[in-house]
Amino acid sequence: MYKNVLQSIDNIAIWPVISFVIFFLFFIGLLWWVFTTNKTFIDKMKSMPLEDNTREHDSNSRNL
Amino acid sequence: MEIEKFSYDNRIVKAFMIATVIFGLVGMLVGLTAAIQLVYPIFNFDTAYTTFGRIRPLHTNAIIFAFVGNAMFAGVYYSMQRLLKTRMFSDKLSWIHFWGWQLIIVAAAITLPLGMTTSKEYAELEWPIDIAITIIWVVFGWNMIGTIIKRRERHMYVAIWFYIATFVTVAVLHVVNSFEMPVTLFKSYSWYAGVQDALVQWWYGHNAVAFFLTTPFLGMMYYFLPKAANRPVYSYRLSIIHFWSLIFIYIWAGPHHLLYTSLPDWAQSLGVVFSIMLIAPSWGGMLNGLMTLRGAWDRVREDPVLKFMVVAVTAYGMATLEGPLLSLKNVNAIAHFTDWIVAHVHVGGLGWNGFMIFAVLYWLVPRMWGTSLFSIKLANVHFWLGTLGIIFYALPMYVSGVVQSLMWKEFNPEGFLVYKNFLETTVQILPLHGLRAIGGALYLTGAIIMTYNLIKTAHAGTFIADEDTEAAPLTNNYVAARNAGWHHRVLEHKPVIFTVLTLIAILIGGFIEMVPTFLIKSNVPTIAAVKPYTPLELHGRDIYVREGCVNCHTQMIRPFRSETERYGEYSKAGEFVYDHPFLWGSKRTGPDLHRVGGKYSNSWHYNHMLAPDAVSTGSIMPAYPWLFEQVINKAATGGKISAMRTVGVPYEVGYEDEAVADLEKQAQQIATSLKGDGIEVQPEAEIVALIAYLQRLGTDIKGEKTAAIENK
Repeated sequence: MYKNVLQSIDNIAIWPVISFVIFFLFFIGLLWWVFTTNKTFIDKMKSMPLEDNTREHDSNSRNL
Repeated sequence: MEIEKFSYDNRIVKAFMIATVIFGLVGMLVGLTAAIQLVYPIFNFDTAYTTFGRIRPLHTNAIIFAFVGNAMFAGVYYSMQRLLKTRMFSDKLSWIHFWGWQLIIVAAAITLPLGMTTSKEYAELEWPIDIAITIIWVVFGWNMIGTIIKRRERHMYVAIWFYIATFVTVAVLHVVNSFEMPVTLFKSYSWYAGVQDALVQWWYGHNAVAFFLTTPFLGMMYYFLPKAANRPVYSYRLSIIHFWSLIFIYIWAGPHHLLYTSLPDWAQSLGVVFSIMLIAPSWGGMLNGLMTLRGAWDRVREDPVLKFMVVAVTAYGMATLEGPLLSLKNVNAIAHFTDWIVAHVHVGGLGWNGFMIFAVLYWLVPRMWGTSLFSIKLANVHFWLGTLGIIFYALPMYVSGVVQSLMWKEFNPEGFLVYKNFLETTVQILPLHGLRAIGGALYLTGAIIMTYNLIKTAHAGTFIADEDTEAAPLTNNYVAARNAGWHHRVLEHKPVIFTVLTLIAILIGGFIEMVPTFLIKSNVPTIAAVKPYTPLELHGRDIYVREGCVNCHTQMIRPFRSETERYGEYSKAGEFVYDHPFLWGSKRTGPDLHRVGGKYSNSWHYNHMLAPDAVSTGSIMPAYPWLFEQVINKAATGGKISAMRTVGVPYEVGYEDEAVADLEKQAQQIATSLKGDGIEVQPEAEIVALIAYLQRLGTDIKGEKTAAIENK
């Protein structure tokens, strides 16, 4: 595949390297943010479904 | 800051839920029919519209687009409004979306039994319906993005990201895989051919699983599981990591559907590696879901909603471990084309998708009708029937898959195949097919009980069409708090940027895997002996597609000795360059046909298509009597040739004028040879065209071999 086709594209070898670099940098950045971010913010995001003012009714389990 | 009063639209959610239940029952019933047909072929009813080849795609489309699709929309419309504290952007768009989608389903239900199909799995719907899907999908996205923009909650909860990823990626997948050249109003030829078509199809197919069956349901899990358990998700950080890694990695996994085929090795390897990596983000999601119930497991004992969710998330975990393991080449060598793959699909489909849908329905209906569930007991009965159904489905299929595969591969000490006749392997697994049908029947029964329960619940309550609520609007000048982190400052509250970045993430994988194979077409020499199909063979191929033969028969001989001994020389990439669409198939309910050309006489094919069981005793293949009554439409020949030329097949310009004459000549040859065996048939009969196609299969390179031997 490389011999027959990819070789003909100039500097093809850089493509997988660029791809890897994008992935690597993105995920390093993401992991860094995730572990350093403010706990209050995380707690707020976590509880969003529970604070959406939906009307609550008897939970299903009470009707056994 | 003034508090605004508004209301959530429950009517649209109700509509999607009703559609979910109706089409769920329909889809399951069609599935059960297909399962029974694979034990008792009499249930094909000798009618074109109900043969397995046409029923199977009806089942897959009904379940994926009508059952899971409508459920996804119900879940998205309910949760989005509440997470973003706003009504949907436009009620009008909501209803256009709803009715448009149902019309598409009806169009599918009509066209698929009529044999109007592209044959590409989960993309069978023909081009006019593809256009409709694009339009309605845009309506959905417009409504969704509009809602995000007019939200009153600035931060987008993780479920919203999953919904955005779903919208963006499905749009890309659908458009790219649906590039097709129309021939008539309900017939088209794939723009791609052979290897490229296979790659595009399975890039699409796997990512349909990822972004239609998984991401929207993960979004729903992140909303409805905390709601049902009344506790927040276990780790929000994990949900962020798992979201991005999932969407980055999933896209590359498509080639795992094409291992040991003619797809280039480098693409196969990429598919394997990324499929293994996919275990991490998938299990991140599963663990996040299950761990959310820490400290609340006693409630699972009492609440059927939580029971369904626990099994759903567990099934998700099982399927996402099994999938990557099936992507290992040595495992795949055993499992590919067998019932094991079917088992895998249904663990995910029945367990993850089905049970999550049931959980959400049981949770939503009482709330939206302001009452309690009619019967907890019946919900528990449903739970147990459904769980048993999944087990009775999957376990027999595991056994049947492995047993059949090992039988295909078995050699005796002298070096010959032990089970030379494919049919010997089929007969062994029929009882397991029967058990699978029982599993499906249990699952369907549970769903019927659920329908009764939900209807009684609704009748006991009063529907809350518009749920009144209030919230403060967003302030105009927003500066993120300094401690909120760059990720949040830059990304999370800017939905358009977020959408664009998601699009880039998913495009990288597709681009890198697919672009080089497109370069192959112009750069790598094709096999010189491989020629385009003759006009008669084209008609025959179109009949093969129409009848759904590709649902049971493959055309891809893998480079294993057990396959070359049974079927002939293994399949080369260059042999498929004129195959628009490719017909490699994904399941061997019947034998591979890539080199069936010249193996049997014309009269054998004639008799076999008329009554398979008479020629191959014990065969479960349906009969095709209508092929002997119906005639081909010779006037359509020119259109087929032109369309093929447009997509790159080198028919000479002006060949349309000679095509019909060539067709008649070849048809007459076949009719004459049949007459020699005592069979009278008119040359225009469809069976003649089909025989011509079958006799052509795999013969191109045989001529080359003969020539090479002669030249020695």
